[in-house]
Amino acid sequence: MPLQMMEGSIAVAETVRLCRPQVISAYPITPQTHIVEGLASIVADGRLDAEYICVESEFSALSACIGASAAGSRVYSATTSQGLALMAEVVFNSAGMRLPIVMGIANRAISAPLSIWNDQQDSIMMRDSGWLQLYAEDNQEAVDLHVLAYKICEDHDILLPAFVCFDGFILSHVFEPVDIPSQEEVDEFLGPFNPYQQLDVKDPISFGMYATPEYYLEFRYEHDQAVHRAADALRKHGKAFGEKFGRDYSELVEGYRLEDAEVAIIAMGSICGTTKDAIDEMRAEGKKVGLLKIRCFRPFPAADIAKALAHVKTVAVLDKNISLGAKGAVGIEVKDACYGLGIPIYDYVLGLGGRDVRKKDIKKIVELAEKGSGDMFYGLREELL
Amino acid sequence: MVDRTIENFDCGHRACGGCGASSAVRMILKGAGENTIVVSPTGCLEVFSTPYPETAWKTPWIHSLFENASAVASGVEAALKKQGRLGKEKVLVIGGDGATVDIGMLCISGAFERGHDFTYVCYDNEAYMNTGIQRSGATPYDADTTTSPSGVCSTGNNRPKKDLPQILVAHGSPYVATATMAYPMDLMKKVEKAMNTQGPCYIQVHAPCCTGWGYDGAKTMEIGRMAVECGLWPCYEIVDGKLTSVKKVKRVPVDEYLKAQKRFRHLFKPTRNDAEIAKIQAIADANAAKYGIDIE
Ligand SMILES: Cc1ncc(C[n+]2csc(CCOP(=O)(O)OP(=O)(O)O)c2C)c(N)n1
Repeated sequence: MPLQMMEGSIAVAETVRLCRPQVISAYPITPQTHIVEGLASIVADGRLDAEYICVESEFSALSACIGASAAGSRVYSATTSQGLALMAEVVFNSAGMRLPIVMGIANRAISAPLSIWNDQQDSIMMRDSGWLQLYAEDNQEAVDLHVLAYKICEDHDILLPAFVCFDGFILSHVFEPVDIPSQEEVDEFLGPFNPYQQLDVKDPISFGMYATPEYYLEFRYEHDQAVHRAADALRKHGKAFGEKFGRDYSELVEGYRLEDAEVAIIAMGSICGTTKDAIDEMRAEGKKVGLLKIRCFRPFPAADIAKALAHVKTVAVLDKNISLGAKGAVGIEVKDACYGLGIPIYDYVLGLGGRDVRKKDIKKIVELAEKGSGDMFYGLREELL
Repeated sequence: MVDRTIENFDCGHRACGGCGASSAVRMILKGAGENTIVVSPTGCLEVFSTPYPETAWKTPWIHSLFENASAVASGVEAALKKQGRLGKEKVLVIGGDGATVDIGMLCISGAFERGHDFTYVCYDNEAYMNTGIQRSGATPYDADTTTSPSGVCSTGNNRPKKDLPQILVAHGSPYVATATMAYPMDLMKKVEKAMNTQGPCYIQVHAPCCTGWGYDGAKTMEIGRMAVECGLWPCYEIVDGKLTSVKKVKRVPVDEYLKAQKRFRHLFKPTRNDAEIAKIQAIADANAAKYGIDIE
């Protein structure tokens, strides 16, 4: 297929259509809105044979996905920020029930103060929920990761839900050329939903029971193991995706000009694009800088990161989130992953609430890291403090 | 008529001896018929019937959270519809009064407004029993609970029961009814009717709780009947917004019903509180006037 010029949200909606969810349940919230609108009109036009449930809240949106998934249907939802926060209890619950739900997250800041603009605080705050978390750098990845997410989630060795995260506005509202796969290709890759077990009067089972202390710990262990196993599933299915669609996702992390780099920048999401451009310019000036892009935050690819960074002298982590009272979440985990390697790792919290991050900022951060100055909010307007 | 010999709620669950809710559920499932998928919120029922790895349910059953049973049911219904299973298989929610009239209201309202084809049955034991007898929006006026205790400055719960049946009538529900586990045939028939009515139907079932209300568990049926006979629990059906049936009784004063339960003991001891008892009598009288339950 030729590349098509499309808004990110519409590209996502069209891709979800190709994945043939039978039940869609979502509630509008900026900047996710165009996805729910796009899917509603796709269903209204008969381009997808699905039940579209117009729920009264995000809380019900994901709850309805639980019911539909347990009843044996492939499901989809999408949300962001306050919507995800309202869903919180259902986010944890659906993961614990091991239902393969895929949900698009158009990443947005969390209030207060109210902000509709991008950062990644919303999905990051769900990091302990047991959902997989994939992050797209551009709209092509947002498209591809949706298809891949269904494949991984529905794998009977995995059975987990997944967020497909893409930065609100920066990706969701931006027109980019994308290659939308064909229906035949997606059908071949995914196949129909084959539930591991389901609500069925012919074979009655109980879902979502309570567990006493004799059992709970083992449930948590099994869940944790499944999230870890998802790394291999991503490698396997990501490779198969590459063979079928020509874009390889067999790695959880991706290096850019990293082989001989002395300074490595670590980032997730759309900021990777800006960073790559900044790296090209710095390289032209003779600076040995590279990027390690994290595509999959859960499971956290600790070993892959440690391996990829073994040769660098300094690491600068870009965090579009903040664990208030601690540090940026990615920085914390990268430091854990590299514990004992002796590499200085500095965390920079930046771009919160939609604050622009430009190439010059990335260059400045590299300078700061080289000087050993880090673990800070970057880009603070001192005159406002 | 559905086969009333079916037992989809099996023995071996952990309910208290004399639990009104567990008997109600057994009858509800007999009314619902074989091909029923049940959704339950968190509460006594969920806890006493499904301690992993055991289950009392012989019909497919799902629990997710305290507030979201009707949203989960919406999803189940939508999935069955899409798979061409709806009709052959039916969706039933069974939840406590707290899950129903309080925390689950948003999801219930949404599901009823959307018109999903399912039946919601609330077993109303008139408090949060699972967490230790706290008041809910369905706790009756003056009942002593652990969060509405009677005391020097309090005569117990200071608000009347929230009228959820009427709220759901206002949502356009095609079938809304009240029933009690103390009249099993009536309960089973109403559930069967609701399950065979298209659209979201609601039944609120009086389910006495010996532990929470303070009476001997052998008396559950008796207490249940007393509630109907004094007019505090009217049993009626509302079809397409119109009252179509009411259980008529020769009404007795509320006193005996109140006296039989520890939750109202403070109205009689150390001295009889005539003013408060009169207020409860006025609630029964208003029910009688509203639903016409008196045998002339
Ligand atoms: C969000 C949330 N808040 C509180 C609770 C604690 N909780 C569990 S069951 C319950 C009360 C249930 O009461 P009801 O619905 O009346 O059912 P019953 O136990 O009386 O049968 C409460 C408060 C919970 N599980 N979830």
